Amino acid sequence: MNPSRRTSRWTSKGAVHALLAIAALYSVLPLIWLLTSSTKNVGDFSTTSAFELGDWNLVGNLRDLFAEEDGVFLHWIRNSLLYAGVGAVLGALICAACGYAIAKLDFPGRRALFAVTLAGVLVPTTALALPLYLMATELRVVDTFWAVFIPLLTNPFGVYLARAYAEAAVPDEVIEASRMDGAGELRTFFTVALPMMRPGVVTILLFQFVGIWNNFFLPLVMLTDPKLFPMTLGLFQWSSRVGQFPQYNPLVITGSLLAVLPLIIAFVVLQRQWRSGLAAGSVK
Amino acid sequence: MTLATPPPTSRRSRRSRLAPLLLAAPFALLLTGTVLVPIGYALYLSLFTERLSGLGFDGPSDVFVWFANYADVLGDENFRDSVGNVARYALLHVPLMLGGALVLALLLDGATVRLRQLWSLAVFLPYAVPGVIAGLIWAYLYSPGIGPLNDLLPFDPLGSDGVLPSIVNMATWQWLGYNMIIFYTALRTVPRDVLEASTVDGAGPIRTALAVKVPMIRPTVFVALVFTVIGSLQLFTEPLVLRSFSSSVTSTWTPSLYVYEAAFISNDYGRAAAASLLLAVACALLSALVMRLSTRRSR
Repeated sequence: MNPSRRTSRWTSKGAVHALLAIAALYSVLPLIWLLTSSTKNVGDFSTTSAFELGDWNLVGNLRDLFAEEDGVFLHWIRNSLLYAGVGAVLGALICAACGYAIAKLDFPGRRALFAVTLAGVLVPTTALALPLYLMATELRVVDTFWAVFIPLLTNPFGVYLARAYAEAAVPDEVIEASRMDGAGELRTFFTVALPMMRPGVVTILLFQFVGIWNNFFLPLVMLTDPKLFPMTLGLFQWSSRVGQFPQYNPLVITGSLLAVLPLIIAFVVLQRQWRSGLAAGSVK
Repeated sequence: MTLATPPPTSRRSRRSRLAPLLLAAPFALLLTGTVLVPIGYALYLSLFTERLSGLGFDGPSDVFVWFANYADVLGDENFRDSVGNVARYALLHVPLMLGGALVLALLLDGATVRLRQLWSLAVFLPYAVPGVIAGLIWAYLYSPGIGPLNDLLPFDPLGSDGVLPSIVNMATWQWLGYNMIIFYTALRTVPRDVLEASTVDGAGPIRTALAVKVPMIRPTVFVALVFTVIGSLQLFTEPLVLRSFSSSVTSTWTPSLYVYEAAFISNDYGRAAAASLLLAVACALLSALVMRLSTRRSR
């Protein structure tokens, strides 16, 4: 290798790392701002500069946050966990079962179901909100847990992914062997196929969790009782008051930090799982 | 591959015919109840309008108006402005975000990068931030006296000219890392001997990236493109959050905001349903167009 080639590679290595560092800073600095700002009281918030630390007031902010409106924030945390946690586990299981059935079993309407599922991926959620709201009104479930929970269970893209994982990860011979051993179809799915699809199902679960945790439009449309709000809707409602009442600023910011932290921790801890799951999905 | 061999006994055969249906039924029911029926209902609603009958003593009644709601929406200046806003938004956001994600993925895929996992995780983290929270963080960063950006930028990020790039930035920040990871995982599946062959032929790293790597992950890029375009058309949360901080965002700034305004503020369900369906049709047409382009180009 000639020397000029080596220098150019060395400098380009520096440039590559510089670009990556810029992208990382761009991504992380707003989150650091959230962290430093949640330690400031109302006064410091408007007088200190953005990334400067004020007097340490995180504990006071947290106390105010949980005291506001008789502790409604605790309800929001519980609701978000219920909608996203139960919704993601149940939703991922439903996706896995349907994806497996489409990939590996024969039943009438199999192709049609897959075609409609693909079309369902493309239907925008904002187009569904109004008819869902009116249907919920007819069924008298508007402003209840179910009006938000049930529509968010539906995840056509999850079925699409589950089908790809089932095709790739569950060999036909294994299903055949399980049948030979006398296991029924349902038993074969739960004890043989589902464990083989696990990395893919965990990925669907994680991304459905994020999707529901982040969802905002449907609760905005369906809910009026603050005790049923997820964190996103509650914090949005508080944020619409900050123009008039600056004392809501620390509440909104500290609440936002609490809404973001669990997801960041989940992604860091489960890195290996979702990275391999995404890889398996993108091969298809 | 399908397993259709009939099992030996009749009891088994009945069970094995029922089981696939049981596995597929929960999702099929959900899809019907929360997607298909609502779309059909929206179609029905979009053909009616609420009018006061006679002297109005009987209360309002629904009148079949054919496509009058669609004509109303398409003739509404606010709706046309909202379409213009998302179009300008998409023209900035789509190339910036996908181009940036592709460049970062190619850089990560280059052999000499240290701490690959750490870089990609850092850029990915904003994906974990809910749209509302991302909107709030950036709204504060843009606010004069609170965030640094108002002083650093040559324009007012919350002013009438600055609000579009501000919203583009919010969405780009959120989705850059997610798409980067998707592209990066796809790049890892490019066979290494193909890359070696390209190097042996004398192609440098940039030439290899453009002529070998990008064409090989083209399907992945097109899928990401479809999702980004659909997402752009549905833009809702970021502008709604900014409305508390800036008077430059109107109540009908995007088509989704227009639907929300028509349905839940004006209570004009017919017009809202017509606008919803126009949005859905636009999404379907655009994704069909992108998919068609992708199959033609990979031939």
